[in-house]
Amino acid sequence: MEFLTLSNIHHIYFTKTSATTAIKDINLEIAKGEFISILGPSGSGKTTLLSIIAGLIQPTEGRLLLDGHPPGSGHQGIGYMLQEDYLFPWKTIEENILLGPKITGTLDASTREKAILLLEQMGLRNVLSSYPKELSGGMRQRVALVRTLVTDPKLLLLDEPFSAIDYQTKLKLEDLVSSTLKHFQKTAILVTHDIGEAIAMSDRIVMISPLPGTIHKIFEVPAELRDISPFMARQHPFFNEFFQTIWKELESLESKT
Amino acid sequence: MNPKLKAEILHDEYRKKLTRENRTVRSFQLLIFIAFLSLWEASSRIELIDPLLFSAPSKVWNLFLDKLADGSLAANLGITLTETVVGFLLGTLLGTLLAAALWWSPMLSRILDPYLVIMNAMPKVALGPILIVALGPTLTSIVAMGAIISVIITTIVVYTAFREVEPNYLKVLRTVGASRYHCFREAVLPASFPTIISTLKVNVGLSWVGVIVGEFLASAKGLGYMIIYGFQVFDFTLVLLSLLIIAVFATLMYQGVELLEKKLIKNN
Repeated sequence: MEFLTLSNIHHIYFTKTSATTAIKDINLEIAKGEFISILGPSGSGKTTLLSIIAGLIQPTEGRLLLDGHPPGSGHQGIGYMLQEDYLFPWKTIEENILLGPKITGTLDASTREKAILLLEQMGLRNVLSSYPKELSGGMRQRVALVRTLVTDPKLLLLDEPFSAIDYQTKLKLEDLVSSTLKHFQKTAILVTHDIGEAIAMSDRIVMISPLPGTIHKIFEVPAELRDISPFMARQHPFFNEFFQTIWKELESLESKT
Repeated sequence: MNPKLKAEILHDEYRKKLTRENRTVRSFQLLIFIAFLSLWEASSRIELIDPLLFSAPSKVWNLFLDKLADGSLAANLGITLTETVVGFLLGTLLGTLLAAALWWSPMLSRILDPYLVIMNAMPKVALGPILIVALGPTLTSIVAMGAIISVIITTIVVYTAFREVEPNYLKVLRTVGASRYHCFREAVLPASFPTIISTLKVNVGLSWVGVIVGEFLASAKGLGYMIIYGFQVFDFTLVLLSLLIIAVFATLMYQGVELLEKKLIKNN
């Protein structure tokens, strides 16, 4: 059975003077443990789609099933990572990573221990009582990843989480996120406009064409690239070839609009 | 030379430079103060300014000692200070609560919007006579004056701060299933602390205005009463003494708010 099913998702934004169709006819099935990238030019409704999956907005039309159930509003089981870390600057790192359990009322000694262990696995020690601004961008994004994983989500939504950090850190984080998700067998959806990142990290790439956002084409990433780390994938001979295929497809998309 | 030692020497020099600069600032501040007092005293003695109207520092000082000795100053100061502090706290608290209610219900905020604008534009001290008749010429009506003068502007400023909180903080909270109450407590309120503190600073001044005007209108005690009494019997030494004391205590309250700021905003 599919883990996440999107059928006929349609969303319209209303303002006083206009009704803009952001996305239409989105049909997608995602298996458990799969890593999907949503690739498309800006304005193709990628973030809207992610917000719908997260239950933050109700689609105008269409149905969404997560693990066989329609996700209610404010449901658990979904972790969301944003473009920037959005760690709360007035909270310590410890308070930040324990935010999820605190809100769901599951904060106890064992969740606390788990969170701290996770932080150590990400290579962050002695930062519990620090404030976010004392940490570098890469460290902060790792803390944000811990904050997302602490609630033990079934599905991870990554909204360009590597776009605001420097290239070297980004490559390292890609490896870290990829291995962490594989380790915990999480299903993940990554929104990006970076072709290389999409190829290096995912199992499938869903290309979205803009105005309104619809699924243009779905690419299977070659197995040779899927089974190695994102950094190794970038060095693989197949990488460039696949990059060209996707590049051309994106180009044709842009020339059409 | 050892590079580490060199760094230390440079650091020492830098620190000395800072101390020197600080000392210069302090000495000029003191100089202005002394110059002002001497000029005031001298021009009053040679009657360059009317000594009846502008008094003189020495006269104010002597009156200060007299009033201190007979205990009337402490009594009057105590009353005004209590009224101001209570009015200030009440105004800020009510304003913040009202702002929270507006944030909670966007509908309420839309409905109340024109009334807030009107109430903000209205000169609050003009309500003084009504308050005094309604609440009686007591401490209550004067505290109410001190509060009412700051409550609407606090509401408007704090509500604006609540609305401008980075929406992605709320997104982070909502994805883990946070309620509106959680969002308020974890993100909206703490993110707005800097704004709340700066309205506190404004409110310190406003509350003094409200309370002094209140005492002008109806009181037989307090610093505002001392001013109005001094004016009526043409004792401007008394007026100036009251003014100086107000200046000192308003400054102290302001410093108190700054202390609170340091405690509340830890991540600076």
